[in-house]
Amino acid sequence: MSAGGTGSTGSTGGTASTSTGGTASTASTSTGRTPARAASRPGRDDSPDRLYTVTGGRSRTHSDAFDLVTLVVAESAPAPGMQSEHAAILRMCDYPVAVVEIAAELGLPVSITRILLADLLDTGRISARHPRAAPESAELPEPELLEQVLVGLRNL
Amino acid sequence: MASATSDQAPRTQRHLSRTADNGLKIVVVGGFGVGKTTLVRSVSEIRPLNTEETMTRAGEGVDELDRTSTKTATTVAFDFGRISVDDRTVLYLFGAPGQERFWFLWDRLFSGTLGAVVLVDTRRLADSWYAIDRLEHHGTPFVVARNDFGDASQHTDAQVREALDLPEHVPMITCDARDRESAKGVLIKLVQHLYALSTAARGSTHQ
Repeated sequence: MSAGGTGSTGSTGGTASTSTGGTASTASTSTGRTPARAASRPGRDDSPDRLYTVTGGRSRTHSDAFDLVTLVVAESAPAPGMQSEHAAILRMCDYPVAVVEIAAELGLPVSITRILLADLLDTGRISARHPRAAPESAELPEPELLEQVLVGLRNL
Repeated sequence: MASATSDQAPRTQRHLSRTADNGLKIVVVGGFGVGKTTLVRSVSEIRPLNTEETMTRAGEGVDELDRTSTKTATTVAFDFGRISVDDRTVLYLFGAPGQERFWFLWDRLFSGTLGAVVLVDTRRLADSWYAIDRLEHHGTPFVVARNDFGDASQHTDAQVREALDLPEHVPMITCDARDRESAKGVLIKLVQHLYALSTAARGSTHQ
């Protein structure tokens, strides 16, 4: 399985990458030809080209390790020259943040977010706290954990 | 209980405790417009967020709508909210559509979920048939919540059960998804159900 749609637009993705990079670095000069959105963060309305650029054309790594509710914590500050999405994740994860929240905040699909997180995990810039509820999906959680959840819900 | 006066989740996104290390999932499933997001909003400590997942799958024999290509890309959008249970445990609530075409995504997205709430509108019970069928097939524990929007329904629980072909062991509760206490009651009902199943499965040494 590969991420949806990116493969078929790969041939034009390279061009998009070049122009986006160029305009983003000169966005503050407001030359008339700078697209407004080049300086904005990526959003779900972006074309597949944009998503292709964000991930460097990769579709899937070992990013499956990240569950929707894996909690991510930054282990370092953003570095100069870092890809903007990577830097945004590090800024956001000063406190633990779930993968799904990061995706929503970035405005990127979860699958793309997982790839970005795998990059950061590989380089030791984040740590990941994986859910412990049920190792196998068919397995019920421990009664002790459920009791904690009940207490938490009643205290809401 | 001190915060019981606020009927709306705070708009600003509170961060989690630094010690938070265990994310849990509960899925709220139901047809369009049945109040999934409303229920999530009622109990969430953050304003519900929205994200999406796009996936492809091999097309062999799985999708009769698409015979022209070997792969199908499907995007599913889902809302979610959050409840901090304690310093280490965080419960995420996902509202997701229950329609047939989304279920292959569910298997991946929501694996490891504690359980599910099937939110039903008694005027459109047929919308829930497929979701209930799949949850039973997967062995995912669930409760059924009738969202009556504060109106007394003209249908009895027994009638609804029969229309849903709902087994006796599946709890059913009536709720007003807009009301925080009522929405809380739905989640408590589900976790009580999970607790009973879990203790029974472990030889009921817990009470």
